[in-house]
Amino acid sequence: MTAPAPEKTAVSHAHGIAFILKKALISALVALVLFSLMIGIRTEAGPTGQLIYWTRFPELASMVAAVFGGSIIVELLRQWWGPVGTIKVVPPQVTSALAVARRGIAPVLLIFTFLVPVIFYDQRYILDLGILVLTYVMLGWGLNVVVGLAGLLDLGYVAFYAVGAYSYGLLAKNFGVSFWFGLPLAGILAAFWGVLLGFPVLRLRGDYLAIVTLAFGEIIRLVIINWQSLTGGPNGLDGIPRPTLFGIPLTPGDDGLAAKLGIEFSTTHRIVFLFYLILALALLTNWVTIRLRRLPIGRAWEALREDEVACRALGINITTTKLTAFATGAMFGGFAGAFFATRQGFISPESFTFQESALVLAIVVLGGMGSQLGVALAALTMIGGFELFRGLEQYRMLVFGLAMVLLMIWRPRGLIGHRAPTVFLRHSQAISSDLVKEGHG
Amino acid sequence: MDYFAQQLINGIVLGSIYGLIAIGYTMVYGIVGMINFAHGDIFMIGGFIALISFLILVSIGLTVVPVILLIVLLVSMAVTALYGWTVERIAYRPLRHSFRLAPMLSAIGMSFVLSNYSQVAQGARVKPIPPIITGGYTLYEQQGFVVRLSNVQIVVVITTVVLLAIFTWLVSKTRLGRDMRACEQDQTMAALLGVDVDRTISMTFVIGAALAAVAGMMYLLYYGLVDFYMGFVAGIKAFTAAVLGGIGSLPGAMLGGLAIGLIETLWSAYFSVEYKDVAAFSILIVVLIFMPTGLLGRPEVEKV
Repeated sequence: MTAPAPEKTAVSHAHGIAFILKKALISALVALVLFSLMIGIRTEAGPTGQLIYWTRFPELASMVAAVFGGSIIVELLRQWWGPVGTIKVVPPQVTSALAVARRGIAPVLLIFTFLVPVIFYDQRYILDLGILVLTYVMLGWGLNVVVGLAGLLDLGYVAFYAVGAYSYGLLAKNFGVSFWFGLPLAGILAAFWGVLLGFPVLRLRGDYLAIVTLAFGEIIRLVIINWQSLTGGPNGLDGIPRPTLFGIPLTPGDDGLAAKLGIEFSTTHRIVFLFYLILALALLTNWVTIRLRRLPIGRAWEALREDEVACRALGINITTTKLTAFATGAMFGGFAGAFFATRQGFISPESFTFQESALVLAIVVLGGMGSQLGVALAALTMIGGFELFRGLEQYRMLVFGLAMVLLMIWRPRGLIGHRAPTVFLRHSQAISSDLVKEGHG
Repeated sequence: MDYFAQQLINGIVLGSIYGLIAIGYTMVYGIVGMINFAHGDIFMIGGFIALISFLILVSIGLTVVPVILLIVLLVSMAVTALYGWTVERIAYRPLRHSFRLAPMLSAIGMSFVLSNYSQVAQGARVKPIPPIITGGYTLYEQQGFVVRLSNVQIVVVITTVVLLAIFTWLVSKTRLGRDMRACEQDQTMAALLGVDVDRTISMTFVIGAALAAVAGMMYLLYYGLVDFYMGFVAGIKAFTAAVLGGIGSLPGAMLGGLAIGLIETLWSAYFSVEYKDVAAFSILIVVLIFMPTGLLGRPEVEKV
């Protein structure tokens, strides 16, 4: 917020190499103490159950050296970049070119997504990845209603995803409800839970709201784990029916789609069908959100995000505004959950941990909170990035956490940190989100 | 009655551990106004450091238990405090004047980094140690029911009381404590009066982490194991304790810790063990809704 004092940068420039080396040395020393026990020593329960340990000094040395080198690089980059407060002047031509690119990117992306099953028909891996990305795009757009539009920080979004998945799973298994009836039911049930969560937290703001929603998400997960007679507990729920194309199953049998169309059966049909299904669901989410933003309720959400007190003063009903935001977001989460259940055919509490909530929230924040396109791009980046670490399973969350921290430091407003009002008087005044002081909602 | 008395003792011991963690939450919230989401993982790191230093001390042939305990305590406090300092320096200080969600998200990221760091560095399996402090006293015995007070429980409670005494003295009588209270009230004004705000905030994190390290070591002594995932649930419960006691209030944090410890133990004893975490989380929600200022907290006035 405050620009750094000019003398300070002058000093750091003047000290040059000595300053950088001193800083790097201190970092390396700190790293040595931090890592000495945790990395230098490795403990493990031995064959007799007794704890044994062995030393790993080469790893320790290389970690400390990496911190030393990294510190020098970071400091050099910082000096090269200049003080944080400097405003980089972008030539108008570049700005307008960027604006054109920004307008063009959404349709191009959409057309490409439609063509993905055609282009990559034979590559099951890419189709599966595409379905996964689209699921997260949908979850991101759903959470965006709560966090991005209404400004309510929800750390327990995965609860609604779980409610949707288990609702459909249980309805389908116990009552034979088909996917196309189960889907809206799952959405309605999730929305109901959203209202149920929304009521008690109406008065809470900011961090308190975040922690209560987190507790709510954990409660749902713990209940699913412990209510074994209904949910199957930690073993999960399997044998959830696959979706049908309005009653026509995608199976090799005589009444299957392939037989009816007279083409040869292939399992890829089902994958492609699932791909278009989640694409349709995601686009529905997007369309509803865009429409809602222009209605009074959507405008009330955006007003609530900016300033709750002003909202109240203007006579906006805070209760309905917050509850509809929670319910709408939860409903989309429930849809996504039902899709997840039918796609996997198996659900267990392990899929609905806090990490999932944090991942979806990270997607929304990275996407710039409120920008539909930003959320889609962020989901693509995040899930794609996760895939890169597929072989290094245990480093995945480590890198994810680091990325979250670095991203917050580098661009707290997300990659597309641009917050233009949806409805405006006479002419649109785009305000950079850096200028807007966040309400505490 | 005997059963109840035994559960009461267990609850107080567990509550002491939660209280020590809760102090870190409440101090940071009081000064910076953010939930230090990574604090539970700092507690976990403290447990690991205690475990590793204990192993080393035993393997070099030290056998005097009080000496081992003292060295382990000091080492884990010092190293974990440095972890707390580093976390603040890397993840929170650059975001001091950013918008409200940013430090929260950065803290969540840091929490993932810490727990997965110790998973990568030390493996995912639970690390058990043999009991270090053995023995105890039988307080009461009747018809086969025994109320026991083990030496570990005595050590945990006494350490907690002593540390709290030192800590209270630190906050109420020293220069650092005065600076901390000044920053809590008004950072800008404190800076104008010559208080180094950045340094004071760093020290707050350092003290909080040191207390969390003590809690981690006590947890290790009491339960005889640590694992990389224990910080998450313990962290939320300690935060619940801080909220219950009134966030920003130090005696409140301890009181809340004891309350949560007792509720959890009694719930497990009389209702169901499976739902003990659900009970703790439900208390968090109920307290925040009906009593947002907690037991000893001050109401927060919102200014426009």
